[in-house]
Amino acid sequence: MDPLFLSRLQFALTIAFHYLFPPISIGLGLLLVIMEGIYLKTKNELYHQMTRFWVKIFGLVFALGVATGIVMEFQFGTNWSTYSRFVGDVFGSALAAEGIFAFFLESGFLAILLFGWNKVKPRTHFLSTIMVCFGAHFSAVWIIVANSWQQTPAGHHIVNTALGTRAEIVDFWQMLFNPSTLDRLSHALMGAWQAGAFFVISVSAWYLLKGKHIEFAKTGIKIALVLAVFASMMQLVTGHSSAVTVSETQPAKLAAMEAHYDEYAKADLYLFGWVKNKQQKVRFGIKMPGMLSFLVHGDTSKPVKGLNAFPEDERPPVNIVFQAYHIMVAVGMLLILISVLGLILWWRGKLFKIRWLLWVFVFSVLGPQIANQLGWMTAEIGRQPWIVYGLLKTSNAFSPVLSGGQVLTSIIMFGFIYFLLFALFIFLLNQKIQHGPEIEATIEEGHIA
Amino acid sequence: MNLVFDLNTIWFFLVGLLLTGYAILDGFDLGIGALHLFTRTDQNRRVMLNAIGPIWDGNEVWLVTGGGALFAAFPEVYATAFSGFYMAFMLLLFSLIFRAVAIDFRSKQPQSWWRKTWDFSFSVSSILASLLIGTALGNIAWGVALNKQHEYAGSFWDILHPYALLVGVFVVVLFMMHGALYGIIKTEGKLQKQLGQLFRKTFILFVIGYVLITIATLLFAKNLTEHFKTSPLLIILPILNVLTIAGAYLLHKRGKDLAAFFSSCATILLLMLIFGMGIYPDMLYSNPNPANTLHIYNAASSQKTLRIMLTIAMVGMPFVIFYTSTIFWIFRGKVKLDSHSY
Repeated sequence: MDPLFLSRLQFALTIAFHYLFPPISIGLGLLLVIMEGIYLKTKNELYHQMTRFWVKIFGLVFALGVATGIVMEFQFGTNWSTYSRFVGDVFGSALAAEGIFAFFLESGFLAILLFGWNKVKPRTHFLSTIMVCFGAHFSAVWIIVANSWQQTPAGHHIVNTALGTRAEIVDFWQMLFNPSTLDRLSHALMGAWQAGAFFVISVSAWYLLKGKHIEFAKTGIKIALVLAVFASMMQLVTGHSSAVTVSETQPAKLAAMEAHYDEYAKADLYLFGWVKNKQQKVRFGIKMPGMLSFLVHGDTSKPVKGLNAFPEDERPPVNIVFQAYHIMVAVGMLLILISVLGLILWWRGKLFKIRWLLWVFVFSVLGPQIANQLGWMTAEIGRQPWIVYGLLKTSNAFSPVLSGGQVLTSIIMFGFIYFLLFALFIFLLNQKIQHGPEIEATIEEGHIA
Repeated sequence: MNLVFDLNTIWFFLVGLLLTGYAILDGFDLGIGALHLFTRTDQNRRVMLNAIGPIWDGNEVWLVTGGGALFAAFPEVYATAFSGFYMAFMLLLFSLIFRAVAIDFRSKQPQSWWRKTWDFSFSVSSILASLLIGTALGNIAWGVALNKQHEYAGSFWDILHPYALLVGVFVVVLFMMHGALYGIIKTEGKLQKQLGQLFRKTFILFVIGYVLITIATLLFAKNLTEHFKTSPLLIILPILNVLTIAGAYLLHKRGKDLAAFFSSCATILLLMLIFGMGIYPDMLYSNPNPANTLHIYNAASSQKTLRIMLTIAMVGMPFVIFYTSTIFWIFRGKVKLDSHSY
């Protein structure tokens, strides 16, 4: 077996699984700050109950995020040693900063969040919630800085050392705020807020359908819906500006996203389709002529660089990028529709009476998860064949000492453990949701759950 | 020895400090895990678990940050070590994942088969993780086969040579001893008494291991003892170490549990310092072919990066230390089980 292919498979598997959890932590972290803030302001017991319930869920999600996250920190070294040697000077510092500024903050204060209810004053607890929320957001900042540098390297120069060629930092701030950092960060954070918001909406809607915890659920939906509408609408802005940046910095990726082959012609925007890469055609597609040119340049007739402008070995796989991108956009639109519809019905006073909409809400939790995964697939597969855009190819980046058998063994082990983890996660999540929020009287000191 | 305080040396010690922080902090919760199966009743096991409940997660961050700092400051070492010891690191990752899962899930269901399964996972993964960490240290001390490109040139089985395994077992025992002292602070009554017995047993094993490793090092690992020959002043470190080891035992005997635990922390700090002084300025000693050794100069990032990283560390770490100690303070005292417990 080819260790390069297997290493790519393993990275894809482990990062995709890991990324199920951090977006929920980030979005739910923000909602916890809002809920606990309202509780401290109003002293309304309902918000206390909500905070307690969602803190427990947060703890579970966070635990899975940590358990799967440790792998990510070390996998650059284990499977991508040539990459690590090449980028360590630049990429490593962002990763280390993530540890110092984000992980310590998150995991430290989470202890107070989960176990400190009876040990610290309410204000201190609230402060800890804010710190955990900050920590979750900071970790997104640093990891996206690191990843954005791979997409649009800046602030570095290439040096030949005794051990080989590598990138070294010239300007830390340019590296930090490389051309795609801010667009991609805002896009990913909004995606995370959506993940948290629709998660709360989904569970709360299920309670309403079952006729349980009515007030708790209604209030939950209201708070989360506001965030869901905001974050979903913001995706139009951040998504658009990400795409414009891609058009400027990674034209091959943009061309693959819309299967735009012609070297230098006006570009269309597809609603959907199936790309035949050999024939350079889109089958079964519906397109809006010139729309991509319009989105990029504000003019439907202006040309956009197509895939044929790049040597064949510098083009990403087209159909998979095309599909991932289009399904992500479609899901994003659906989420806007659902959340805005919810808002309108809330305003009309009908939100909690329409059962089919509540069922839609229950399943809406999948939307941001699917869109987040597909968004990353677009970004990462669209960058191929480069691991660091324009500087280092993925095929040259992996660990030369690895054999296929070693990587296959670890993939099988990861597969087994992650399968188990996922089953346990769903089982415990379900149990916590079935159990529902605790009423104050039952949570006495010394009571063993 | 000539210790030059340039950025490379500073980062050698800073990475060492992060890993020492890991060894001291996660050391006691890995030790609690290793001792877990020795305690019998479900109630006792829950107390053990909750003794580390709020903090194990934060303790593990020291490893993650240490790994990140190694990547940033010495990418060549990071790349060579992690790809070279591939299966060993994968096993370490799996045991850390399993351990995290076991801690989180054990008490979520009341059935005895459920809890026993996770008790077993928790304990075995704690022991395996400690063993692998120790074996890694043993290999770094002994040296590993590197080729001209500084890639690992040995096989998986080469990692399991006697010296490395001895250090591996020693670290398991060290963490058990350290964990027992931590457990004594957090528990009461019968369980506390039992942990006292476990401490005294593991202490004997620890001393035997310490003597064996010292002899083996003096006899076979000449690369580690050079500095101690040229700068006799360094002998003060092992002397201090013997004092902290004796201190841990005597303080425990006199019932000064907290002081005994701190003495054990100092023991780990000194062990790491002796280890660091022994290998400095090498980071991955090439054995055979010392010419291929990765040291703090040929394995480091650029001076600019080391300087930037130093700023980041100077800004960030004081906060980390401040709020980590605050959190430890908040969760001081004996374990009381309540509805938020594991």
